Amino acid sequence: MAAHLKKRVYEEFTKVVQQQQEEIATKKLRLTKPSKSAALHIDLCKATSPADALQYLLQFARKPVEAESVEGVVRILLEHYYKENDPSVRLKIASLLGLLSKTAGFSPDCIMDDAINILQNEKSHQVLAQLLDTLLAIGTKLPDNQAIQMRLVDVACKHLTDTSHGVRNKCLQLLGNLGSLEKSVTKDAEGLAVRDVQKIIGDYFSDQDPRVRTAAIKAMACKLLSDDYEQVRSAAVQLIWVVSQLYPESIVPIPSSNEEIRLVDDAFGKICHMVSDSSWVVRVQASKLLGSMEQVSSHFLEQTLDKKLMSDLRRKRTAHERAKELYTSGEFSSGRKWGDDAPKEEVDTGAVNLIESGACGAFVHGLEDEMYEVRIAAVEALCMLAQSSPSFAEKCLDFLVDMFNDEIEEVRLQSIHTMRKISNNITLREDQLDTVLAVLEDSSRDIREALHELLCCTNVSTKEGIHLALVELLKNLTKYPTDRDSIWKCLKFLGSRHPTLVLPLVPELLSTHPFFDTAEPDMDDPAYIAVLVLIFNAAKTCPTMPALFSDHTFRHYAYLRDSLSHLVPALRLPGRKLVSSALSPNIMPHEDPSHQFLQQSLERVYSLQHLDPQGTQELLEFTIRDLQRLGELQSELAGVADFSATYLRCQLLLIKALQEKLWNVAAPLYLKQSDLASAAAKQIMEETYKMEFMYSGVENKQVVIIHHMRLQAKALQLIVTARTARGVDPLFGMCEKFLQEVDFFQRCFIADLPHLQDSFVDKLLDLMPRLMTSKPAEVVKILHTMLRQSTFLHLPLPEQIHKASATIIEPAGESDNPLRFTSGLVVALDVDATLEHVQDPQSTVKVQVSYPDGQAQMIHPKPADFRNPGPGRHRLITQVYLSHTAWTEPCQVEVRLLLAYNSSSRIPKSPWIEGGEMSSQVETSIEGTIPFSKSVKVYIMPKPARR
Amino acid sequence: MPEIRVTPLGAGQDVGRSCILVSIAGKNVMLDCGMHMGFSDDRRFPDFSYITRSGRLTDFLDCVIISHFHLDHCGALPYFSEMVGYDGPIYMTQPTQAICPILLEDYRKIAVDKKGEANFFTSQMIKDCMKKVVAVHLHQTVQVDDELEIKAYYAGHVLGAAMFQIKVGSESVVYTGDYNMTPDRHLGAAWIDKCRPNLLITESTYATTIRDSKRCRERDFLKKVHETVERGGKVLIPVFALGRAQELCILLETFWERMDLKAPIYFSTGLTEKANHYYKLFIPWTNQKIRKTFVQRNMFEFKHVKAFDRAFADSPGPMVVFATPGMLHAGQSLQIFRKWAGNEKNMVIMPGYCVQGTVGHKILSGQRKLEMEGRQVLEVKMQVEYMSFSAHADAKGIMQLVGQAEPENVLLVHGEAKKMEFLKQKIEQEFRVSCYMPANGETVTLPTSPSIPVGISLGLLKRELAQGLLPDSKKPRLLHGTLIMKDSNFRLVSSEQALKELGLAEHQLRFTCRVHLHDTRKEQETAVRVYSHLKSVLKDHCVQHLPDGSVTVESILIQAAAHSEDPGTKVLLVSWTYQDEELGSYLTSLLKKGLPQAS
Repeated sequence: MAAHLKKRVYEEFTKVVQQQQEEIATKKLRLTKPSKSAALHIDLCKATSPADALQYLLQFARKPVEAESVEGVVRILLEHYYKENDPSVRLKIASLLGLLSKTAGFSPDCIMDDAINILQNEKSHQVLAQLLDTLLAIGTKLPDNQAIQMRLVDVACKHLTDTSHGVRNKCLQLLGNLGSLEKSVTKDAEGLAVRDVQKIIGDYFSDQDPRVRTAAIKAMACKLLSDDYEQVRSAAVQLIWVVSQLYPESIVPIPSSNEEIRLVDDAFGKICHMVSDSSWVVRVQASKLLGSMEQVSSHFLEQTLDKKLMSDLRRKRTAHERAKELYTSGEFSSGRKWGDDAPKEEVDTGAVNLIESGACGAFVHGLEDEMYEVRIAAVEALCMLAQSSPSFAEKCLDFLVDMFNDEIEEVRLQSIHTMRKISNNITLREDQLDTVLAVLEDSSRDIREALHELLCCTNVSTKEGIHLALVELLKNLTKYPTDRDSIWKCLKFLGSRHPTLVLPLVPELLSTHPFFDTAEPDMDDPAYIAVLVLIFNAAKTCPTMPALFSDHTFRHYAYLRDSLSHLVPALRLPGRKLVSSALSPNIMPHEDPSHQFLQQSLERVYSLQHLDPQGTQELLEFTIRDLQRLGELQSELAGVADFSATYLRCQLLLIKALQEKLWNVAAPLYLKQSDLASAAAKQIMEETYKMEFMYSGVENKQVVIIHHMRLQAKALQLIVTARTARGVDPLFGMCEKFLQEVDFFQRCFIADLPHLQDSFVDKLLDLMPRLMTSKPAEVVKILHTMLRQSTFLHLPLPEQIHKASATIIEPAGESDNPLRFTSGLVVALDVDATLEHVQDPQSTVKVQVSYPDGQAQMIHPKPADFRNPGPGRHRLITQVYLSHTAWTEPCQVEVRLLLAYNSSSRIPKSPWIEGGEMSSQVETSIEGTIPFSKSVKVYIMPKPARR
Repeated sequence: MPEIRVTPLGAGQDVGRSCILVSIAGKNVMLDCGMHMGFSDDRRFPDFSYITRSGRLTDFLDCVIISHFHLDHCGALPYFSEMVGYDGPIYMTQPTQAICPILLEDYRKIAVDKKGEANFFTSQMIKDCMKKVVAVHLHQTVQVDDELEIKAYYAGHVLGAAMFQIKVGSESVVYTGDYNMTPDRHLGAAWIDKCRPNLLITESTYATTIRDSKRCRERDFLKKVHETVERGGKVLIPVFALGRAQELCILLETFWERMDLKAPIYFSTGLTEKANHYYKLFIPWTNQKIRKTFVQRNMFEFKHVKAFDRAFADSPGPMVVFATPGMLHAGQSLQIFRKWAGNEKNMVIMPGYCVQGTVGHKILSGQRKLEMEGRQVLEVKMQVEYMSFSAHADAKGIMQLVGQAEPENVLLVHGEAKKMEFLKQKIEQEFRVSCYMPANGETVTLPTSPSIPVGISLGLLKRELAQGLLPDSKKPRLLHGTLIMKDSNFRLVSSEQALKELGLAEHQLRFTCRVHLHDTRKEQETAVRVYSHLKSVLKDHCVQHLPDGSVTVESILIQAAAHSEDPGTKVLLVSWTYQDEELGSYLTSLLKKGLPQAS
C-alpha cells in the first residue's frame, strides 16, 4: 500500500517538465486534401521527411504570393502545421505565416484565431517565439482593431512566464509595440489597460536574463542606467532619449523633493550623468544624444559647462573666468604670480555637491575624456546645441577654443569646424582669438586651412584683434608659403566683415606717413598683397578709406583688380574712372552685360543657320573664340561659356566633316582624306561625353541635345565607314546597331521628342519604318542626306553650370631629383589635388600614372582620401604607389586625374522601361574616362636590386 | 562573526609612508610598503614591530602588494623584506617591477653616499628583494593561495600604477593606491568595474579640491614656453625624474611637432634617460593615443628632446631644459638656474609643489634676491611661473570612482585628516555607505556577512521551477532538499540523490493516528461517508476512494475499521508521511470533529 502511494506521490512531482526530445518522434507527412490555390500543397504531400518539407517551404518562400491566394496558402500551411511533429518545420511554417500576413492587401484577422490556437498547444520554445513574432506582424498590420490588440496583449501576458528567454523577449516586444500603439490611439477609457502594460513590462526589468532585460527596456523607461551590463545601460540611455523626444513637455516629479521639472530636462540631466559612465561605448552614445536634445531649457544647458572649482575647500575661479576678468579689467594676463589662482572665499561644506545628478560639467568631462571618440562626440554635441542656442554658443566658446590644443588632430579639426559652424552667433574675445591664432602654426595643412575658413566667418571685436589676426596670418604665410591662396581668401572676408575696424589700421598697415613719402613696397610680395587684399575689401564698404591711400596704392589696386579679380572687389575711387565696369551686386545675372553678350552671341549663331557653309563656319569659329575668352575673363560665366563653346565646336566639326570632298568623289580614291571625317566623328563623341559628365548642373534638356549630337556623330561614323570600308558585311552589323541606338534614344527621351522639331532625329524617326527594311547602302544614303539637311538645335542654357576641374598641387613636377627606389618594390608618391565641381568624387575621380613605355595605370583612391572643405570643392590627398622594373636612367612618369563616367547613370529612367530589358540593349553603359587635370611629370628612377 | 580588519601602519590621515594591513577572512595582506619623505630617522619607515610582536613577518603575512613605484609606496620594501625579514610573495605590475629598483637604488645612493647614513639597506638587498616580486598583468586574477586572489586595475597616476582587488570567497577589498581619473598626455584614466567590494580603500590627497580643466593648464604652459622661445629666451623646467617629466616632455614634443618649432629641448641625463627607456617598453600602460600610434612612432622616442650636456647651458639661442631635481635645491637644475637667472628673457617654470626652504619655494613666493652659498647674492630677473601638473584624482574623481565600484564601505587613507573629514561626510551623504578614516595604528573592524554559495542540482531546480513562478529575488521561497557539505563546498540536492550519494537507505517516517467515530454502519459505508465529507471540504486536494475501501487525500491514507470491542464505533486509521505533516494533522483534527450527519 505504502509503495503504491509513494509511486503516486512521485508521479505528481515529475509531471510537468517538458522535454523537447519527446516531440521528435517518427515523422511522416500525410496530406490528403488536394488544393488548387498553390503548388505548395502537392510539394508538401510529396515530402517524406522533415528535411524535404523544409526544402519545399524554403523554395516556396522565395516566390511572392498574390494577395487573393494568401488565405488559401495560409490554410494549407496551418493544416500542415497541426500534423507536423518536427519543430523545425513548424518553426518555418510559423515564420511563413508571419511573412504572408504582411502581404499587401491581405487582411490577416482571419488567421489570427488559428495562430492563437496553435500558440496555446505549442510546446517548443523556439516555435512559440516565432509564433509570437507572427502575431506581432499581424498586430502591426491591424493597428485600428482594438479588440485584436487587446487579445494579443493578453496572449503575450500569458506567455511572459515562459522559461525560455526567447519567448519572454518576444512577448515583451509584442507588448511594447502593441501597448504603445494603443496609447497613441486610445483615450482615457483605455488608459488603465495601458498603464497595466507598462507595469507588466516594468516587472521584467529585474528579469534574471540580461537579454530579456535588454528587450524589456527597449519596450519602455531609469534605474537600469546603473545596470552592470554596458549594453543594458546603452539601451537605457537610448530609451530615455526616445521618451524625452516623444514627450518633452510632460512634467515629472523629482523623487527626493516635491519639485517638478520638464521631462526633457530630467532626461537631459540623466544622460549628462552617463557622460561619466565607466564604459566608453556608453559615454560616446550619451555625448552624441546630448547633441540632439535641443528642447532642453537653457538653464540646464549652461550647467553642462559649469564645474565649480575648489581648492582646499575654498571656491576657486576657473582659468576661463580669470581670463575673462583680466580681459574686462583691461589688464594683460600676467599669470606670473604663484598666488594668481589663489582660492577666494570659503565654500560652505554642506552646499558642495560632488556628484551632481544633474547636468553639471557634463561637457567639461566629455571634452576631457580619455577616448578621442568621446571627445569628438562631445564636440559634435556642443556644435549642435550651440547652433540652436546663441547664448550657449557664447558660453561654450572657451571650451571649444581649448579643444584646438587636443592631442589628436581629428579632434582639433572637428572643433575648428564646429566653431566655424557656430561662428555666426559669436564674437571672439581677444584672448580667445589669441589662442585660436596660435593654431595657425600647426604643421598640418588641414588644420590651417580649416582655421582659415573659420577666420573667414569670425567676428572680431577690436581693431587689435584684426591686427593680431593679420600679423599671425602673415607669420603663417612666411612659414608655409603654400597657404598663400587660402590666406588671401581669408583676409578678403576678414576685411569685408570688419571695415570699421580696419580703417584705423590703414596708415600703419600701408606704412604711410603724413609728411614723408615712403618707399614703394614690392608688388610681388605675397605678404604685401595679403595686406592690400584686406584693405581693399574693407574699403569696399568704407568710402572714407581710399583717402588714406598713397599713389602707388592706387596703381597696385589697378594691377590687383586685374590680376586677382576674385580677391579684389571693384572700388569707387575718387577722381578716377572705375577700372572695371562697376557692378553693384544687386544686378540680376541676366542683366549683367557679359551675360547678355553671351546670350546674344549664341542667339546669333542659332538664328543664322541658313547662311552659306563658309559663313556659318566663320561665325562659329568667331563665336567659339569669343566664348572662350569670355570664360577666361568672367569666372562665374566660365562654365556656361565653355559648355556652349564645346557644343558649337561639335557643330562646327560636323559641318566641316560634311563639307569634305570625300563625299563628292568615288570612294576608293579617298582613303587617306577620309581620316578627317572619321576623326571629326570621334572627336565629337569625346566632346559629347565631356559635355555630359564634366559639368555639374546639366539638366535633362541638355542631356537630350548632347545625346542627339552623339547620335549625329554616330551617323557620321557610319557613313564614313560605308564610304571607305570594302564589302557589305561589316555594314550590316553597324547599321543594325545604329538603328537600335536610334530606337533606344527614342525610348529614353520620348518626353523630349516634341522639342526636337525638324532635327536629325525627328526626321530619322519619320523614316524609321523605311530604314528598318532598307539595305545598308540605302540606309547610309538616307542618313547622309538627312545629316546635311538637319537643322542646328538650340542648346538651352542651364541655370547653374560648372565645369569640373582639378589642379594637382603636389607633386609640383619641378624637382630635378629623381625619386629613387628599388625596382620591383613600390614607392609611395604623395598626391594632393583640389577638385572643383565634381559630383561624387569618391566614385568618379581616378589617378592615372603613365610610364614612359606607354604603360598606364589607373588608381582608384580610397573614399577617405577625399575631404570636403566647402560646397562644390573637394580635396584629394592620397598616396599613389608606383613600381616598375629597372631603368637605366631616370625618366618622367606622368600623373593626372581622370573623371570616370558611366553612360547609363545619366539616362532618365522612364517608369515603363523595365530594368531587365534595358540591360539587354546594345547601348547599356559605356564606361570611359575624361582627363580633367593637367598632367604633372614626376622624375623617378627604379634601380635594379642589389644582391 | 566574520570581519575585515584594516590597520594603517602609514598613510593613515597622513601623506607618505603608505602601508596598510588588511585582514580578510583569515588572510593578512600588506598594501604598499613606503617611506616618509619628511623624516630621516626611524619614523621614515612604517613600524613593522606592530606585526613582529606576534612572530615572523612571513608567518603572518600572506602577501604584499605594491601599487606603484613612487618611493612613498615602495621605499621601505628592501628594509622590510631583507632587514626585518619577509620571504613571502610581493606583487606588483611589470612597469613597477622594472622601475622600482632604479628608484630604490637612487634613494639608497643619496641616503648612504651623500648623507653617509649607516645601517641602511644595500644594493644587494634591493636585488634580493626584487627577486621575491611576482609580476601581475592588468585584469589578471592571481591566485595567491587556494582562497586568496588578487586582481589589478588600471590607475593612471604613473606608468604601471594599479588598483588592486583582494578577494577571499565572496569578501573583497579594493585598494586604489594613487590614481587619476582624468587622462593626461601619456596615461589614461583609472578604471574599475562594478565589483561591489565590501571595502574600498582610497587615497584622498585632493579630498577638498575640484580641479580646473587640464586643457587650460596645458595651454597656458605651452603658451608661456612658446612665447619665451620665440623671444629667444631659455626655459628651465625643474622636474623629478619620473612621472610628470615624461608628461611634460610629451606635451612639448607634440607641440614642437605641431608647430614645427626648431628650438632644442634638452633632458638631463642619468636616471631620467634610463626611465624613458622603460616608458618606451610599456606602451600598453599608456593612453589611447600613444597606444594607437606607437606602431608608426613610439611617442617616447622623442625627436625634439635630446640629452643634455653641461656645456649646452652656455650656448646662445633659445632652448628648453628639463633638469632634476624638481625643487631647485641642488644639482643640475640649480646650476642652470644660477646661470640663467640674470636674464629677463629667460623663464623658469615650476611644475609642482616646492617644500619650504628650497630655492624653488623662495622664488615662487616672490623673492628676487637670493643668497647663495659663499655670501653671493643672486638677482633673479628671469620670469618665474608656477604650473600645477598633478596626477591625483580630485574630489570629483574620487566620488566618481566610488560610484563606479559601488563599495559597501569606504576607507580613506593618504590624505590630511581635515580634508578627509569633508570627503567622508560627502561620501556618507551621497552614497549612504559608511566611511572610515583611521589614523596610523588604529584598527577599523568591519563585520561582514559573506554569502556562502551553494550549488543546486539542476534536476531539483527544474522541479522547483515547474511548481511555480520564477524565483523572485525579493521574496524568500521554501525549497525542500538536502544540503551536503563536502570538501568545503556546499550542494543542495534532492533527498533521493543525497541518499544515493551517501549510500544511505531511505527511512520513511509515518505518523499514524486513530480517530474514533461513532458510527453504526458498516466499514464501507463509513469510508464512503468520510470520502464524501472530505471531498466537499477539501476542494483543492485530490481525494480518492480506492476499491479496497480506503480513502486517500493526496498521499494520506485513511482506513476505516470496526472497533474490536464496540461495533457502534468505527476506528479511522489516518496515516501520513513526515512530508505531509501539515495536511495530516489538519485531517485528523477535521475528522475528530466528526462527520456531518447524513441528511
